[in-house]
Order: sequence, then structure tokens, then C-alpha cells
Amino acid sequence: MSGFSTLLYKELLRFWKVAFQTIAAPVLTTLLYLLIFSHVMQGRAPVYGEVPYAAFLVPGLVMMAVLQNAFANASSSLIQSKVTGNIIFVLLPPLSYWDFFAAYVLASVVRGMVVGVGVLLVSLGFVGLSFAHPLWILAFALAGSAILGSLGLLAGIWAEKFDQVAAFQSFLIMPLTFLSGVFYSIHSLPAFWQGLSQFNPFFYIIDGFRYGFFGVSDINPAVSLVIALANLLVFTAVSLALLKRGYKLRH
Amino acid sequence: MTPAIQIQQVHKRFGAVQALGGIDLEVAPGEFFGLLGPNGAGKTTLINILAGLALADSGSVRVLGHDVVTEYRASRRALGVVPQELVFDPFFSVRETLRIQSGYFGLKHNDAWIDEVMHHLDLTSKAGANMRSLSGGMKRRVLVAQALVHKPPVIVLDEPTAGVDVELRQGLWEFVRGLNRDGHTIVLTTHYLEEAEALCGRIAMLKQGRIVALDTTSKLLNRRDSLYLRLRLAGAALPAALAGRVRDSRDALHTLRLRSYAEVEGVLAQVREAGAQIEEMELLQPDLEDVFVQIMKEAQG
Repeated sequence: MSGFSTLLYKELLRFWKVAFQTIAAPVLTTLLYLLIFSHVMQGRAPVYGEVPYAAFLVPGLVMMAVLQNAFANASSSLIQSKVTGNIIFVLLPPLSYWDFFAAYVLASVVRGMVVGVGVLLVSLGFVGLSFAHPLWILAFALAGSAILGSLGLLAGIWAEKFDQVAAFQSFLIMPLTFLSGVFYSIHSLPAFWQGLSQFNPFFYIIDGFRYGFFGVSDINPAVSLVIALANLLVFTAVSLALLKRGYKLRH
Repeated sequence: MTPAIQIQQVHKRFGAVQALGGIDLEVAPGEFFGLLGPNGAGKTTLINILAGLALADSGSVRVLGHDVVTEYRASRRALGVVPQELVFDPFFSVRETLRIQSGYFGLKHNDAWIDEVMHHLDLTSKAGANMRSLSGGMKRRVLVAQALVHKPPVIVLDEPTAGVDVELRQGLWEFVRGLNRDGHTIVLTTHYLEEAEALCGRIAMLKQGRIVALDTTSKLLNRRDSLYLRLRLAGAALPAALAGRVRDSRDALHTLRLRSYAEVEGVLAQVREAGAQIEEMELLQPDLEDVFVQIMKEAQG
């Protein structure tokens, strides 16, 4: 077993041991969103012609759960280790900064995917869905969870206290996900907000993800994927640079 | 022979505070080395730099010849660190903790050694217990075990017995002595000076980020002016001429500092001339605490 695979295993075991909180709870929360919003909004928001609102909503909610849980996994694991001091257990061994990055981000991807699949399966009990292009679904789920995993890693590296991670989540991640078209198609927005949405990287992830289900999207999914991967590249580069310097980890 | 630890001109600042101001130190393989100093002297900072938990502003540190920054993989493999803080991961049991720590060092089948370490540290009965449920002393033992999973040739213990009961302390030292006999290099920081005196072959004393004394324990203990004569006097006060020698005075019990045994006679003569009778007399060998206090005082000036 290499250092990397052990760190990955430890990160997976960490959230698996508290699966009720890390998997079951977000699945339930997302389901509540689905029940309430589909009830309130049914028939009001025009979406892609014939797609019923509840069906339109499900991929958005799945991706929102994927993104938020991928972020939460890396950020909460790191900040917990930093605050309690047990971060030294991974700083003392000969793990490279690549090992460190890959293990935390991959564990976040797994957590995001597990929660996403959970939300999807439960939703299928309530809403009929098509799966027009499964590979696009998978590609955007992977890209989205990796992007938020690396953002979670960045937040965990930067933060020194729990409330700083919470602030990162409340003031950046939540607004970006809520305003990314989870609950609406951006074509229903006034021109100004439509324009602004195009600067939100999460918008492309959700739009492309939805294309996988319905074969319809606001933006060409290939363009969305390139934009998502470009974001992933930037966050990866920044994370690796900070880890290499030992920023806020090795004083 | 490659030194176990080689520290050259290490400087470290935290903002306005100079934590380390040019440390030079070499520890040979197989030594039992003590690092002493008051709180804030820089002991833990130095250990953190050695372990890669902190980065020096300048200077170089090597473990068995491997630079801790440029060859960190080799240097960390050679080093086991028992940290001062009682840290643990609440998600795991003792055995899981030790298996995971082994894995970080790339060791897959390490259970035989894990069992042996747990046995020596009296942890076997707690192998399946969650870390959260352990007492402070037990958590400390797990930290020692974690530092040893990869059989490091160089072992650093940062105040390992702070807040630990006497029984565990004895057991722990017996175990560490055994490791030292088996050829492991041991570096120890401690507040208990009698521990350093009993265990360490060589000692460095740190104050405000500088080494103020570095010598074998026996030479430190034989420093010229650290022999003490304790007298209980009656009939007259201690003569004023002896005031400069006083280490401490309580009622009529005076402890005087001497440079050598030869001075005993002169001091006694002065006491007699002053008209005092000696009710009680004792010659005290200096212990490390005296040397420590004295060196810290000298370093003040």
C-alpha cells in the first residue's frame, strides 16, 4: 500500500464511518428541496418545451448535492485535522504534495458521487427521468465533484477556524450553486442576470449535466466541459502550489 | 560516519519573535541526546523544523545525511516523532490508527511489528478501542507507537512524559532505553531534569533560540562552581564575607556554592571565626537542575 492509497482509504473511511451524517442527511435534504420546489413551481417556469419542471429540477438538485458534498468532504476533513492537531499524522510521513492533493480530492469525488447517486435513486421513485447521454452525465459529475473537491481542499488549507470554512461555504459555494440554474433555466432570467450567470463556473457544470439527461441545454455541452476542466486545472494548480510551499500547513 | 542529525545555522522568526537564532548542532548515531530549556526557548520549533512541520528561514537540517527539505522523503522515513500535544484521530481505533500510519510510510504488512510495539507499550488490550475512549496516558502511548511504526533509526520525543503517571513514565523510559541499546538514536526534550540526567549521554541547553550549553551530561554536572555546602548555624549569623556564595538561605539553613572540595576548609574556618556553631552539615553534589539554573542565569547576562 502506498502512502497515497492509504491517505485515500483513510479519507473514505472517515466519511463512511459517519455515513448517516455525510450521505443520508444530504440525500434527505435534497429530497425535501425536490418535493417542495416541484410542488410550488410546477407549471410556472417554462423549461425546454416539453420537460416537466420536476424532471428538469432533479439533475440540478443531484449536481447541487454532488458539488456541496464534494466541497464539504475535503474542507471539513482538513479543518478538523488542523484544529485538533492530528494533521501532523499526514505531515510527518513521506507523502508528496501530489499524494496529498490527489487523495483529498479523490475522496471528495467519491463522497460527491455517492451522495449524487443516492439523490438520483431516491428521486426516481417520484419523478420519471430520461438518460439521453449517460457519458456526459458521468463526465460532468466527475468534473464537478473534482472542482469542488479541490476548492474544498483550498478552503481547508486557507482556513484556521471552523467558522472560516463555514463562511467560505455560505458566502461563495452556496450563492454560486443556487444562482447557477439548479432551479431554473437561465433563459427565463432577465438579460442582465443571464449575462452574469455566464461568469458562474457552476452554471456550465449544471447545464452540461442536464444535457446528459434531456439532450437539451442552454450551452453546447462540449463548451461547458472545456470551461469546467479549465476551472479544475486552475484550482489544481493553485492547490499544488500552496501544498508545495506548505502554505498554512508547514509553518 | 554520517551524523544522525546535523543542524547548521538554522534561523527562524515568527513575525517579530526570533524563535531560533543560529542553531548549530550535531547528534551522532546511537546517542541519547537531551534538549533542555525553559518554555519558549525554541525546542519545539527546532524539532518541528527537523520533522518538516515547520520550515527554517535559513540554514540546513539533515537526518542521516538527508536534507529535510530537498530530500524530505528519505529524511522523514528516517525519523519518528512523538509530538508534545496529545493529538489523536477520533474516527479510528488504536489498531486502525497504527495500520494507517504504517500505510503512510508505504508499509503494507506491518501487523507483526504493530503487535510487538503494542505489546511493549501495554496497548494490546486496547487494540480495538476507539481513540476517543482512551485515557490521556493511553493516548500518549499510541503516539509513541505511531512514531515507531516505520522503525525509524532516529526517534525524537518532545516532552513525552508531561502529564503522565509515574508508572507509565518508568515503563516508557525502559522501552526507549531498549530502543537506544538496539542502536536507535534518541533525542529527548523534557521538563523533568532528573530524567535527562538519568537518560541522556549529552545535553544541549537552549535559551531564547540559542544554544547556551552543549556538553556530555557528566561534564555539565562537573562544572567547576557547582558543588554545594549546606550548613545549619547556631550562635551567630552567616559571616558577611560568605554572602557571595549563598545559593539560598532559609532561617539558619544556608546553601553555599563552592568551586571545589578544597574550599570547604576555608569556609568552615570563616564560620568558626564568626563564632557560629555548625549544627548540621551536608555536601551536595550538583544535579542537572542546579547546572540548568546557573547556565540560564549566566545566559541572562
